[in-house]
Amino acid sequence: MKYISQENAPILEALERMKIARLVPFDVPGHKRGRGNPELTKFLGEQCLSVDVNSMKMLDNLCHPVSVIKEAEELAAEAFGAAHAFFMVGGTTSAVQAMVMSACKQGDKIIMPRNVHRSAINALILCGAVPIYVNPQMDPTLGISLGMSVSDVERAIKENPDAKAVLVNNPTYYGICSDIKSIAKLAHEHGMLLLADEAHGSHLYFSDKLPVAAMHAGADMAAISMHKSGGSLTQSSILLIGDRVSQGYVHQIINLTQTTSASYLLMVSLDISRRNMALRGKALVDKIIAQVQYARDEINTIGDYYAYSSELINGDSIFDFDITKLAIYTRSIGLAGVEVYDLLRDEYDIQTEFGDIANLLAYVSVGDREKDIERLVSALAEIRRNYRQTGREMMKAEYISPQVVCGPQEAFYGEKESLPLYDTSGRVCSEFVMCYPPGIPILAPGERITEEILRYIRYARKKGCQMTGPEDMELKQLNVLTHI
Amino acid sequence: MLWFTEQHTPNVRFSIKVDRQLFSEQSEFQRIDVFESEEFGRVLTLDGYLMLTEKDEFIYHEMIAHVPMCVHPQAKNVLVIGGGDGGTVRELCKYKTIEKIDLVEIDERVVDISKLYLPKVACALEDPRVHCYYEDGLKFIRHVEDEYDLIIVDSTDPFGPGEGLFTKEFYGNCFKALHEDGIMVNQHESPFYQEDAYAMQRAHKRICHSFPISRVYQVHIPTYPSGHWLFGFASRKYHPVKEVNWQAWKDLRIRCRYYNCPLHAGSFALPNYVEELLRDVED
Ligand SMILES: Cc1ncc(COP(=O)(O)O)c(C=O)c1O
Repeated sequence: MKYISQENAPILEALERMKIARLVPFDVPGHKRGRGNPELTKFLGEQCLSVDVNSMKMLDNLCHPVSVIKEAEELAAEAFGAAHAFFMVGGTTSAVQAMVMSACKQGDKIIMPRNVHRSAINALILCGAVPIYVNPQMDPTLGISLGMSVSDVERAIKENPDAKAVLVNNPTYYGICSDIKSIAKLAHEHGMLLLADEAHGSHLYFSDKLPVAAMHAGADMAAISMHKSGGSLTQSSILLIGDRVSQGYVHQIINLTQTTSASYLLMVSLDISRRNMALRGKALVDKIIAQVQYARDEINTIGDYYAYSSELINGDSIFDFDITKLAIYTRSIGLAGVEVYDLLRDEYDIQTEFGDIANLLAYVSVGDREKDIERLVSALAEIRRNYRQTGREMMKAEYISPQVVCGPQEAFYGEKESLPLYDTSGRVCSEFVMCYPPGIPILAPGERITEEILRYIRYARKKGCQMTGPEDMELKQLNVLTHI
Repeated sequence: MLWFTEQHTPNVRFSIKVDRQLFSEQSEFQRIDVFESEEFGRVLTLDGYLMLTEKDEFIYHEMIAHVPMCVHPQAKNVLVIGGGDGGTVRELCKYKTIEKIDLVEIDERVVDISKLYLPKVACALEDPRVHCYYEDGLKFIRHVEDEYDLIIVDSTDPFGPGEGLFTKEFYGNCFKALHEDGIMVNQHESPFYQEDAYAMQRAHKRICHSFPISRVYQVHIPTYPSGHWLFGFASRKYHPVKEVNWQAWKDLRIRCRYYNCPLHAGSFALPNYVEELLRDVED
């Protein structure tokens, strides 16, 4: 076998060979290198359409990789310090779901913080596992949920010794990390797997200035969004696994829901991005760290705003902080994060990641330029000068401990009725309600609806948060279980 | 035969016959070239876009500096953002009453090269009243409050290094950096070709949001796309034409080749189609 290293990009190289071969395509896709769809080709470019091809011998097949995809996955595994890596084309959602469904079957328990992304709870609807929620601590001022404290996880493990796995966010959207090393050790001591949602952590693998990456901390599986901090195309992602899980079985689980026509645009973007991060990741992360630190310092000198960082670390629920994250507390200027988010977009042509009721999140990554950082900082200064409000009643986000009445699958498929949203207090919800982004459910299927939750939904909506999840897309009605 | 060609639109080109190239460098921010030409004298280009020629730069620099100075002759503290070639500063230095001129140019190399190759333009950069700061204009202005009588935004185009100088946050910060009777004048693009007209409208809309008085005046610059160019006049107090003391300016006896008081007043009278473009974005 030929020797390959991180300098290689096997899928890229195979696509280049394919272009030289000048094959006559009598296979799908039907646009035939773009010729059959000139408008699309004009818009996306010939280069792009010419490699939008289907699997073939020289390009391997994601459903059963034996050559270039296999090599590219092996290189990714090496780069991330995993036993194996799977290229995913259904977003990190598909990686999280494959991870959960590989660990749990019908009726199994899985321990997770309540501030997981919807994809994790969706997986429970699909496979029938039930969640054991650990209360993530909440920062009383910032109103964001934090990490899981190790003692809370330990209690959950002791109370549920039959649980199959523990899932950890590493880090959260806001950059908060739990003590994943200790949690992994605890899980393993009790025969459980440690799963990590690293949708916001693919860059952790390439720097020693950041919190520990999941696979380096002993995780058994990690879902990493290469398309977020790794620079690959939207919807591409990687699932990493360690030695404790069977590669073949995880592969079968992935193939339950994965397309048989995986996009080479997505796969080659993973291949190239892996190479880029493996070869230059450290320097790229250093640049992001410096840019974000600069932005934080400048924002904190504007006044009122609070761009937080590692000073939050408390050794437990904020065990570590990812300093590449730029989250800004805005309530102190009398505006909800989502209001600042709207102003930035509508008045200053700046699109940030999201705003919640008290914070704004700007995503800074490999592609940012210094002059764009200047724009963001200046616009925030202008928003404070022009829109600051005083004496306004602002709701404080508080952790609402979920009352889980039944499992997500049972609730989702159960006998249900549709009620006007504000008449549902006391009933059991059979669907999701969340603000997107960040996509963390306010209500998940199987949870009891309370006045407090309805109050929160009303407030978040009034501030302009976009609510998603329910069958009634306008959320006038909500589905609740009839029998409970 | 050597020609410098600039694409004014995807369908229109403008060319100047060049004797020789005097200088070329890729700085941290942009590519800088200086050419010698028979028709226009020396020509400075940034990233392939023509910034000035020795033959017609006086029009641009006189009109960007003397219009606000005539309206507000008491201006003592002036800020020039961009303008590393020194032309705007040269015109400002003709006023003995100005005490301080801060020049904020992102690219120090533009200043160095202008001093070397465009001495007729850069000649006043050594004036003791001039202080050069080499940094991002958007960043500089953010930290300044109630400081200047006049801000001149002598920027390149709304793409490339000057991008940040066409944003709402920049204009808002300029407003804040001015005294309560301060004036901001900016390079306002052209109304003629569609792409430039969009940029012009966007800039106008953003300035209107930040300043109580926002007017536009026109000049003829032969080497700029279409030749028809606009400047923005944004002001916290003074109207650009009404109640201007023309006599006081004439008494200063400043020599100009383009600017004079009737022309100043007339330059605020705009063609109908330009008025319409502006009105479309004023609310
Ligand atoms: C924590 C977390 N997990 C998983 C996902 C899902 O990623 P994707 O949108 O790539 O499916 C997200 C996306 O926002 C996320 O924030």
